[in-house]
Amino acid sequence: MSDLNVMTPEESAATKAAVMDQVPGPEIQGQSPLHHAELESLAKQGPKTGGVHLRELKLLGHLTLRCNPANGDQLAAVERVLGVALPLQPLTSTENGGYSIRWMSPDEWLILVPGLETFEIEAKFRDEMPGHYSLVNSSGGSTVLELSGDNVLEVLKKSTPVDLHPKEFPVGKVVSTLFAKSTATIRRSGEQRYELVIRRSFSDYIWLWLQDASREFGLVIDA
Amino acid sequence: MFHIYCPHCAEYREEEEFHGAGQAHIARPLDPEACSDKEWGEYLFFRKNPRGLHHELWVHAAGCRKFFNMTRDTQTYEIKEVYKIGEKPSVVAE
Repeated sequence: MSDLNVMTPEESAATKAAVMDQVPGPEIQGQSPLHHAELESLAKQGPKTGGVHLRELKLLGHLTLRCNPANGDQLAAVERVLGVALPLQPLTSTENGGYSIRWMSPDEWLILVPGLETFEIEAKFRDEMPGHYSLVNSSGGSTVLELSGDNVLEVLKKSTPVDLHPKEFPVGKVVSTLFAKSTATIRRSGEQRYELVIRRSFSDYIWLWLQDASREFGLVIDA
Repeated sequence: MFHIYCPHCAEYREEEEFHGAGQAHIARPLDPEACSDKEWGEYLFFRKNPRGLHHELWVHAAGCRKFFNMTRDTQTYEIKEVYKIGEKPSVVAE
């Protein structure tokens, strides 16, 4: 048996996984886990000013990559595919246009890409990545909520035990933590903007929670 | 409440993100077939319950989901140190 980390290109090709295009084209209508909340019509009808803005970044491609951070060839392959390096420092993220990579654990990263590009990027990974790694399309398992506004910090402080002080939580930092008895991966994407990757099955609960938690500041739904 | 340093995330987090997984450094017998019932039973079921220093296994369940070890004083609840799996503790009982 050959060592998985020093496979020849032929051996590597033989291990290629069958990849399915889950979203073949824009003509196929996808429904986010918050489809029933009808955020688009709430955005049109609801209030236009308030302390907290909520937007669902729906139907993105979520790719979970696990590989060896000490393997330079694999790191270079990721950079070839996405045009940006894996964040190797704990609790950091990198981004390149529509692509963002979140550090999840020392050997695991969550890559978010535009939904219709997911298949293409996954296929590119299968061609480029050498050695032993795992890439799983987990797009259907979670969704992303973007919270922004003057009072966004107050709402988050009600919901999670992590220290959100700007000194401790600079722009670009990522934490996986508890969020309102559920879990979320929180990334600070701007001065007053945070992205929450939440589980599909908890999305309705968190939507209800956020409505309640932001009521005192006024919640604005952005489309 | 503990304020626990996760050696993988490299920062302190609240205890509610973690789960304790019992005593650390329990070696599985290399040849289970050759164990007596007593040896196998002790491996499976019998755990230390010291008053004082205790090496424990913890998992950062809501964070990086990695396991790590912790040396804790069961009497004062003081966390002496955390260290990764495979590393040796530097604080040990006399």
